[in-house]
Amino acid sequence: MAHLEVDVVAADRRVWRGDAQAVSAPAADGDVGILPGHTPLLAILREGEVRITATDGATRSVRVDEGFLSVDGDKVTVVVHTATETDAGRGRGR
Amino acid sequence: MAGKQRYYRQRIKSTQALKKIFRAMELMAASRIARARESVEAAGPYSRAITRAVSAVAGHADIDHPLTRERPETNRTAVLLVTADRGMAGAYSASVLREGERLIKELTEQGQEVQLYVTGRRAVSYYTFRRRELAGSWTGFSDAPTAEVAAEIASTLLEAFLTDPSEGGVGQLHVVYTHFVNMVTQTPRVIRMLPLEVVDAPTGEDVHNEPVPLYEFEPSAEVVLDALLPQYVRSRIHSFLLQSAASELAARQQAMHTATQNAEDLIRNFTRLANQARQAEITQEISEIVSGADALAS
Repeated sequence: MAHLEVDVVAADRRVWRGDAQAVSAPAADGDVGILPGHTPLLAILREGEVRITATDGATRSVRVDEGFLSVDGDKVTVVVHTATETDAGRGRGR
Repeated sequence: MAGKQRYYRQRIKSTQALKKIFRAMELMAASRIARARESVEAAGPYSRAITRAVSAVAGHADIDHPLTRERPETNRTAVLLVTADRGMAGAYSASVLREGERLIKELTEQGQEVQLYVTGRRAVSYYTFRRRELAGSWTGFSDAPTAEVAAEIASTLLEAFLTDPSEGGVGQLHVVYTHFVNMVTQTPRVIRMLPLEVVDAPTGEDVHNEPVPLYEFEPSAEVVLDALLPQYVRSRIHSFLLQSAASELAARQQAMHTATQNAEDLIRNFTRLANQARQAEITQEISEIVSGADALAS
């Protein structure tokens, strides 16, 4: 099954890295959802929540402030200044 | 006679106390350096991602951005010196300051007017002692800089750079920091940070040499670049600070190690001298007794 390789990095650390089915992120003018096979994209993020649905169906969400998101051949990199993992929704679907 | 002995004992005692301090500083630096190197590593993915993104945008369009534009209309130049908050790190701060002075002299000869920004108390005291004006200073974090202070420094410098020249804006930004080569070698480096040179392909171990894909930009290439470049500057400054912090701790560990060994040498010498003094005293006492007995016997 095709999946996304997701990397969430903050200025001072790597927040999360793993495989996912889908990622949704708050882009500057509207949320974007990314599924495997997405066209290469470089989007500016506004403050909000990045939601990642991992391959096992669990979702996790990360609060981010300004940053950007790049999609490149099923590799998704979320690059933000600061990120905090919120536990809401983690483990759902297990 | 006994005075000499007492003198040496005192010196041994005080040197021992110093040695304890040196040893403690060495151990502290040694334990912190692991953390400092970890933070250098941890900031790696971010700066790699951002460099990659910037070069992707730069490759996409002819970029003409205020941050990449040369500004020949102003002769003001900002110089940022990254030094330590505390001494006891050998030549660490001194070599940054020396390199900085050299750069300032060079810029002045080119007709530039230098505005100084410094981090670390060593540089602040160096320049306040010489009554040189500082345009900005930050202290209190030199061995563990956070992303927040890096952001603060970067935004101050970017603001200075983007200000209109007639209102005191600067035309260039140079950074002097210490590059952490390894535990024994740290070299001061001068980098011209602004205006940004058009970014080349990213270098580093994680680079894939495939061509950069044709990105779609959201909302547009210009807006993306607008948002990226300040973040890129911030990330570079953060990495300069982290490199300097690791260098500072390595230099301190080394300096304190040498100091501990010197203290040990001193203690050894003083112990020998004290023993000699004791021996001399005993010899003298014996010869006094013997000559006294001789005088009585004859």
